[in-house]
Amino acid sequence: MLEIKCPYCGKRSQNEFSYGGDATIKRPQLGEEISTEDWDNFVYYRDNPRGKHSELWHHVSGCRQWFKVSRDTATHEIFDTCKMNEDFNV
Amino acid sequence: MSNNFRTTNSNGLINKDKKINFTFNGTIYHGYEGDTLASALIANGVHLVGRSFKYHRPRGFLGVGVEEPNAMVQLHDGNKSEPNIIATEVELVEGLKAKSQNCWPSVQFDIGEINNVLNRFFPAGFYYKTFMWPKSFWMKIYEPFIRKAAGMGKAPLLPDPDRYEHNYEHCDVLVVGSGPSGLASALAAAKNGARVILAEDKPNFGGSLLTDEVTIGNMSGKEWASDTISQLKSMPNVILKKRSQVFGYYDHNMTVMIERVRDHIENPSKYTPRQRLHYIRAGEVIVSTGSIERPISFGNNDRPGIVLASAAKEYMKVYETLVGKKPIIFTNNDTAYSTALEFIKNDIEPIIVDTRDSSNGELVKEVQQKGISIKFNSGIADTKGHLKINSAIIGKLDSSKESFISEETVECDCICMSGGWTPTVHLSSQAGNKLKFNDDIDAFVPDKKRQKETAIGAANGSFTLNQSLAEGFQVGFDLSNKFTDQNNPTNSPNSNEPSYEKHEKLWCMPLPSGKKPKRFIDFQNDVAVSDVELAIREGFRSIEHVKRYTTLGMAGDQGKTSNLNGLQYVSKIEKKIVPEVGHTTFRPPYTPVTIGAIVGREVGNHYLPTRKSPIHTWHEENNAVFVAAGLWQRPRYYPRGSEDMNSAVNREAANVRKNVGICDVTTLGKIDIKGPDAPEFLNRVYTNAWLKLPVGKARYGVMLREDGMVFDDGTTSRLSENHFHMTTTTAQAANVLSHLEYYLQVVWPDLDVNVLSTTEQWSGIAVAGPKSRDLLSKLFPDVDMSNEGLPFMGLVDSSIDGIKARIYRISFSGELAYEVNVESNYGLYMWKKIMEVGQSFDIQPYGTEALSTLRIEMGHVAGAELDGRTIPFDVGLNSMVSQKKDFIGKRSLSKDAFTESDRQTIVGLVPLDKKTKIPEGSHIIEDNSAVAPIPKLGHVSSSCWSVEYNNPFSIAIIKDGKNKIGKNLYAVSPLKDISIPVEVVSSHYVDPEGSRVRS
Repeated sequence: MLEIKCPYCGKRSQNEFSYGGDATIKRPQLGEEISTEDWDNFVYYRDNPRGKHSELWHHVSGCRQWFKVSRDTATHEIFDTCKMNEDFNV
Repeated sequence: MSNNFRTTNSNGLINKDKKINFTFNGTIYHGYEGDTLASALIANGVHLVGRSFKYHRPRGFLGVGVEEPNAMVQLHDGNKSEPNIIATEVELVEGLKAKSQNCWPSVQFDIGEINNVLNRFFPAGFYYKTFMWPKSFWMKIYEPFIRKAAGMGKAPLLPDPDRYEHNYEHCDVLVVGSGPSGLASALAAAKNGARVILAEDKPNFGGSLLTDEVTIGNMSGKEWASDTISQLKSMPNVILKKRSQVFGYYDHNMTVMIERVRDHIENPSKYTPRQRLHYIRAGEVIVSTGSIERPISFGNNDRPGIVLASAAKEYMKVYETLVGKKPIIFTNNDTAYSTALEFIKNDIEPIIVDTRDSSNGELVKEVQQKGISIKFNSGIADTKGHLKINSAIIGKLDSSKESFISEETVECDCICMSGGWTPTVHLSSQAGNKLKFNDDIDAFVPDKKRQKETAIGAANGSFTLNQSLAEGFQVGFDLSNKFTDQNNPTNSPNSNEPSYEKHEKLWCMPLPSGKKPKRFIDFQNDVAVSDVELAIREGFRSIEHVKRYTTLGMAGDQGKTSNLNGLQYVSKIEKKIVPEVGHTTFRPPYTPVTIGAIVGREVGNHYLPTRKSPIHTWHEENNAVFVAAGLWQRPRYYPRGSEDMNSAVNREAANVRKNVGICDVTTLGKIDIKGPDAPEFLNRVYTNAWLKLPVGKARYGVMLREDGMVFDDGTTSRLSENHFHMTTTTAQAANVLSHLEYYLQVVWPDLDVNVLSTTEQWSGIAVAGPKSRDLLSKLFPDVDMSNEGLPFMGLVDSSIDGIKARIYRISFSGELAYEVNVESNYGLYMWKKIMEVGQSFDIQPYGTEALSTLRIEMGHVAGAELDGRTIPFDVGLNSMVSQKKDFIGKRSLSKDAFTESDRQTIVGLVPLDKKTKIPEGSHIIEDNSAVAPIPKLGHVSSSCWSVEYNNPFSIAIIKDGKNKIGKNLYAVSPLKDISIPVEVVSSHYVDPEGSRVRS
C-alpha cells in the first residue's frame, strides 16, 4: 500500500485516495473547434510510461482535494506531490 | 503414554510442573506447558505424523519452526477445524486435537502408498504428459481424479466462529527477528530514542541465543537475551511482539504481521481475538530474520526420524526433548557438532559422519576430546525403516566424492543432518532488494536495496556472533539517528563463541551401489534429485521453468529448506555457477496466513457499512422487506398479511395511481452548490440550459461523461441567485460529487463555485398520486398548493410544528407528486405526520419495487437504461441536449457512430399474450426460427407488471427502435429457454402526454 503525501493533509495511506489518471492531459477549451482525432486523443488515448509519471489523485476519504503526484510506475517511488496550481520540485 | 524421550536436565523453556493433555490420531498423550505439538509428540516417541503429497510416503519432523515441510496436521473438529497446520508452530494447550492428513485409512497403513511403489510412473511433469488425451476426458475423468488426489488437509465447510482483528501501527524502526542482531539493533535504536517495534515469530525472544553456547559480556547468551528484553520492556518507546510473524513487505515500507493472540491460551476470554493482523508502516525496517539450516540429499532421506541438526539441538535445549537415543550426526560443516555435544551432555554417544576430509574447528576438537571418533570423508548413502528410521548405510566417499568406495550398515533411531545455513532473505527480496550470491557461505544475501530496509546478522550472511552483534548495534544506532537528535550510541559488548571451519560444497550424496533410492530435495512436494535431472534432460533451462515443471519450492513451505539445494544441483548439472542460474522470486506471505486474519472484522453485516434512512425504524415496524441499494437499506415493499411480493407491489403501485402513496427517497444524492459562477458551472455540467432558471424553480438535468455517455440525471433547483440544490441518483451520488470536484479543481479552477454533499443532512419523502395535493394542502394550510401557487417544477418553503420543510413539486412516478424535504432528524416525524393526515386519503407506503413499476410504465429512464453505454439520443433524452452551448461530453455526440440514425434506442414491449413476463436481460430478435448466429436487435433493460393496464410491460433498447414501433418481435432468454412474442410500443406506456404531473 502506497503512502501518499496529500499537499493539504500530509502523509496518508493509499486507501484514503482514488487515482485520477494522467495529470498532463489538458481538456480542450469549451466551444473550441476540434478535430475528431484531437478529441479522441483527449478522451481515450493515454501514454503508459514505465518510469516517471505525473498523475492526479483525489483525497476522497480526506479533504476531497485533487492534487498532482509524480510517481515511478515501475518502482512506485513517489518523487513529489503538489497542489493543482503548483509545479513539482523534483 | 509416558514421555520417554525427555532429557534429564531441565534448562529448557518448558514447565514440567504443568502437564497438558492432547489427542493425536485419537490417542491421548501429555506434554508440558511450553511444548509445541511437535516437541510433545517427539517426547512421546511419535515421529510418524503424516503422508507425503505425491507418493504418500511416511513422514515425520524435519525442523522445529516455520521451515518444517513435513509435519502438517489437521487441527480441531467442526467449525474450528483447520488444515495444513505445521505441528512445529502449534503451542500445546489442554484438549488440543490433531490428526494426520493425506492418508487413508490411517497414517500407519495408507492405501495411497501404492503411489510410492509405482513412483517410476509419476515423474516430474507426469500430469502434463498423462492427462493430455483424449481431450474429452479432461472435464469428466481426469480433472475430478486429480482434484481428489490433490491437496493435503480438508477445509472446514462451516463458518469460522472466531474473531480476527486488524491493527494499524507506525514506528521509526521495525526489527524483524529477536536473535542476537535483532536484539542488539532494537536496543541501540530504542536507547537512541526511536519508536521501535520488535517482532518475534516464536513464543520466546532470543533466537539462536536460546540454543547456542556463547557468552556476551559476563552473561550467557540466553541471560543476555532475557536481560535485553527486560530493558526493552521497560522503555515506553518500544513495542515487543512475540508469536508475531512479519510475513509481507510491500510498497513504501508497509509490512504486514500476523500475531497469534489466542490459540495458546487455555481459557481465553470471549472477546479475545484469535489472531490479529498488524499493518505496520515503518520508517526503517531491520531484517534480522536469521538463517535456516539446509538438509542434505541422500537415499531415502525423508524417513521419520531424519531431522535437521539445529532442530534436534533446539528440541533438546528449549523443549527438553530427544529426537532419538541412537543418533547419527551427518554434516558438511562444523555447526552440527554443537548438536553432537548436546547429545553427549545427555549421556548419548552419537555417530558422526562428516563429508569433509578433516576439520580443526573448536567444536570438532571438543567432540574428539570426549573420545568420540568421527567418520570423515563419509556420507550417508541410504536409510532403512518403513514408518521410522532404524538404520543407515554409511559410505566412504572416493576422492572425487562422486561415489562410495565402501558401505556399512549402522543401526540408529535418528539422523541429524546439516548442509550449512541459508540466510532468510525473503523480506529483503520482497522489498525489492537485488540479492547477490555470497560464495563464502554458498547462499544469496541482500545487496542493493530499493526500500528503507537493512538486513543484519545471519540474514545478511554474517554468521558469527561478534559480527551479528556489531552490525546490530551499529545499524540500530545509525537508522534511529534519522528519527531522533539524541545521538546516543550503544557499544557492542564483548562476546565469545567457538570458531568454525568452512563447510564443504556438497549437498547431494552419490547413490548407493546397485540401487536408486529417491534422494529428496523438496520434501513437501516430493521432488527428488531425479526429478530435477529429468527436467533438465527434457530441456527446461531457466530455474523458473525447472521450478514449475518439478514443483520444487512451490509447496506451502515455499521451499524454505529446498530452494537453494535445488539451485545448487541445477548449477552442478549445468556446470554453471549458482549466480548464473539465478534464484526464483520470493513472494509474500513468508508463512501461510489464515483467510480469517486477512478479512478481519469485515464479515457478515460488517462486510460493508450499512446506511439507514432516519425513517428506517418506521419501515421495520411496518413490515417492510428491505433491499440493498448500494450501502443503503431501502424498503422494497410492505407486504400485508400473507401477500407475496407481486401482489404487494401491485397494490402499492395501483394505490399511487388511484389515491396517494408515500415513499422514502432520503437515499437520493444531494449536493449543495454555491458561488457566483454556479449557474455557469451547471450550464457546463448538464446538457440543457441553466443560466435562466428562475429562483424557486427546479429543472431536470442530464449530465454526460466526456465520451458522450449519460452519466447521471436528477433534479436541481435554484434556491437563490448563487445557490443551487442538486439531486443525483442513489447509486451515483459519490461519483457525481467527485466528478464536480474534478472539474472545479482541475479543469476550471477559475470558476468560483463550492460543492458539498448534503445527502445525509436532508430526509426526503415523496408523496405521489392524484390525492397528494389535497393531502399536503391539509398538512400545510399556509401553502397555496394549487397549480398556480405551486406549479410543476416549483418549490416552496414552509413549516409545521416549527419544523422547516422544503416542498418540491417534482415527480418520478408520473403522477401529480411532491417531495417534502426536512432536516434529517425530523424525517421520521414528518413521515409519521404525512401518514397520519394521509389516512383519510387512503395513503399507503410504497417501496422500491412499486417505485420501479411506476417509472417503467411512464418510460422514465433509470440505472438500467443509463448503463454507461447510452447517449441521450438512445434513451429518448435528445430534447434535453442544448444545441446552443458547449458542455461536458458534447463534442463526442457529433462523432460518426453517435449520429447514425439506426442506433439502439428505447422502446416499450408488451407480450402478445398479455400474460408472460419478460425477464430483464432478454435479447430481442426478429426471427425466432432463424439459424444461429441470430442477429441481436437489443436487450430488455427493465420489466414490470403494468398496474394501469394489468399486463406485463418492459423497456428495451433496440436497433432503430423508433421505426420498430408496431412490429412484432421476440424476446428470448436462452439461459431460461424462453422465447416470448412481443409487440413494440412507445416507452411512454402510461400518460404519454405527461398531463398528470401537470394536473
